[in-house]
Amino acid sequence: MIKVENLSKFYGDVKAVKSINFELNDGEIVGFLGANGAGKSTTLKVMTGYLTPTTGNVYVNDLDIQSNTLEIQKQIGYLPELNPLYSEMRVYDLLEFTGNIRNITGKAFKNSLARVIEQCGLKGVIHRMVSECSKGYKQRIGLACAMIHDPKILILDEPVTGLDPNQIVEIRNLIKDLGTEKLVLMSSHILQEIQATVNRIIIIHKGEIVADGTNEELMSGFMGNTKLTLEIKNAEDSTVKALTEKIPSISLVDTTTRNGSQILHLEYPKEKDPREELFQYAIDSNWVVTEMSPHSVNLESIFRTLTMEDKANA
Amino acid sequence: MRNLKAIYFKEMKSYFNSPMAYIFLVIFAVITGYFFTRTFFLFNQSDMRSLFNIIPLVYLFFIPAITMSLIAREKNLGTMEVMVTLPLRDLDFVVGKFLAALSLVLAGLLISLVHFFTLTQVGTNIDYGAVFTGYLGIALAGAVYSAVGTFASSLTDNQVVAFIIGIFIVLIFFLMDKMLMFVPAALTGIIQYLSVDYHLSNISRGVIDSRNLIYFASVVGLFLFMTVRMLEIRRWK
Repeated sequence: MIKVENLSKFYGDVKAVKSINFELNDGEIVGFLGANGAGKSTTLKVMTGYLTPTTGNVYVNDLDIQSNTLEIQKQIGYLPELNPLYSEMRVYDLLEFTGNIRNITGKAFKNSLARVIEQCGLKGVIHRMVSECSKGYKQRIGLACAMIHDPKILILDEPVTGLDPNQIVEIRNLIKDLGTEKLVLMSSHILQEIQATVNRIIIIHKGEIVADGTNEELMSGFMGNTKLTLEIKNAEDSTVKALTEKIPSISLVDTTTRNGSQILHLEYPKEKDPREELFQYAIDSNWVVTEMSPHSVNLESIFRTLTMEDKANA
Repeated sequence: MRNLKAIYFKEMKSYFNSPMAYIFLVIFAVITGYFFTRTFFLFNQSDMRSLFNIIPLVYLFFIPAITMSLIAREKNLGTMEVMVTLPLRDLDFVVGKFLAALSLVLAGLLISLVHFFTLTQVGTNIDYGAVFTGYLGIALAGAVYSAVGTFASSLTDNQVVAFIIGIFIVLIFFLMDKMLMFVPAALTGIIQYLSVDYHLSNISRGVIDSRNLIYFASVVGLFLFMTVRMLEIRRWK
């Protein structure tokens, strides 16, 4: 279990992280989502003991990171952003070195090596130089180094950046597998990635946590209006104008025309679904409906609302 | 201790997996060999003083070149973040790296033992004690310069900058006792005591004095301590 308490980190005048709080439980896969520069990596760096917090603290299984740094680091596997590796080492040597530091030698190392080769799919490259490996392999090598001691907690900073779609799916499946028994915290600025992999999302913006919950919780917390696109033919202007009077829950945002059809952009509160009334009204008014498609709120729009709101003022 | 060993062997591998170690050893052997043999037969003296005189000069450039990559490169590559987040004490990290650099220097000295065998073959009345203390002296001076270089490497993430800073500090230690005439009389004693060459010449003369040994040990300790501090400072930035 990890508890982050009032954590702040300032770089001189720049307040990268401002007094954030959250708790992570074992067996959770948590996504740490934020735009570039939102404070994700800084938070992870404090959690792994790379940086010292300006205020606040991080507790891992009730040990605090500032006075028990080494003890906590033994329990954590960490893949830093951009995955730095010693390019002049052989993959085997690199894993052996990491194992040595983690006090895994001899038979225990052999077993661990076999496990990470299997988990990360490193069979073909184990005796190659790191510099000769492709980007996808390098990412897996980094992951293997982070997992060599079979840690209970895995912290992955942007683990899929720069990978091709197939590799992304592989890493995603690996993370999901690991998440059944471990606490995995992964950061990303790619929404789809987080959405597809994790069961809980923490959104950070300008150093503050703006949302924390499961995919569904975030959605329902963000009811707002549902957007609806209605494409019609044969509509008289008067019937279109009368629409909002007839069905008051609908508001007409915009009208456009395309190939002789009229496209109405409508909005209505999520809890009042007026689509049946709308259909009936369309029949009554002799409209030919060629398309009716609601756009429910997705995580993307939540993310955009949360992280863009003050762009206009900026 | 286990971690120190892991770091040490990683560094040694990285020296010997790259051309670095071989270039260093070959050029070191050529330069010292040239300067030793040039005067050895000419002066017709059964000692190795010319070798012990030239090696500190060769150190001046070679040791900062060996040490420049130790920490600066880790910072540059970003692997420093991996190292710091492993359960690894800064002290093990620094000392392991320092010992690897020192080992490479000692390997260079080991090769120069060739000249010692030449000496035993052709020389008469060889003062074995002086040869031994001479080697001890330059090995200790090598340790001091390696520690200085390790420290210089921790100051920056740019290897060239680390190299230049390293040469600069090593040069200060090297020149200190040659600049005594420019220093106020009251300070000469202190400056002289701080200079590497002063202690080196004491030892090379065949006298192993605890004051000299303490000097070398404390300068090495000081620079390694400062290196560890430099690593800690980064965390607070």
